[in-house]
Amino acid sequence: MYDNQSVPIKSDRDIVIARQHGRTYASKIGFTGGDLTLIATAISELARNIVEYAKQGEIVLSSIQQGGQAGICIVARDEGPGIVDIVQAMEDGYSSRRSLGLGLPGTKRIVDEFEIVSNSGKGTTVTVKKWLR
Amino acid sequence: MEVPILKQGDYLIASIQSALSDADLLNLRDELADRVGRFRSRGVIVDVTPIDVMDSFATRTMRSIAHMLKLRGAETVIVGIQPEVAFAMVQLGLTLEDVATALDLEEGLAYLNDRMTGGSSSVR
Repeated sequence: MYDNQSVPIKSDRDIVIARQHGRTYASKIGFTGGDLTLIATAISELARNIVEYAKQGEIVLSSIQQGGQAGICIVARDEGPGIVDIVQAMEDGYSSRRSLGLGLPGTKRIVDEFEIVSNSGKGTTVTVKKWLR
Repeated sequence: MEVPILKQGDYLIASIQSALSDADLLNLRDELADRVGRFRSRGVIVDVTPIDVMDSFATRTMRSIAHMLKLRGAETVIVGIQPEVAFAMVQLGLTLEDVATALDLEEGLAYLNDRMTGGSSSVR
């Protein structure tokens, strides 16, 4: 198990920093090759959501264990306006702003577990997990 | 992180050197649109070999680069998408649609030469 690592997200530069930290952190857990790219890409989408919709927030990386299986947990947290319609936000092609509308549904596809909690006016927390195969 | 843009005859070659922020990508787009006019370029190669993440924003910006440059009279070809990056893009559902791609710089140049001489394009 490794110490949690928090990466503050305040601007588009932090998106690059967050995914580089995520790649390094995931490789310590044991992820390799294509999985590292998927993890870095998921972090990129989650961090961009923060910058676009909430202006600032944080990405927290942690190592997890379950039944002898190791994995990475990525939490993207912000205190922005929140997502009014989560079902709609999770539809392919839906975007209330500039992205392709693939950010959240695309991210869900490249991780093993995906959870989103959002309260209007209070912010959004997205938790994703990927297990070592 | 500025992307060096080299002029090679009728072509411009933008070789990305490291990970780019969103602002860097938009700068690259604007810089290419400007230089295509300044140098009267007919073709542009964007080499993304060192890029380890092509997320929705990067993909969308590559598409807008190709579409903008087309409106400015130049063909764009994206080269050097790494296999893991291609895999992640497919998983995410990201496509470059009608943007030309080629394996590497050499294939990218061959593609543009082919297009400029009006031959049938073998690379796509």
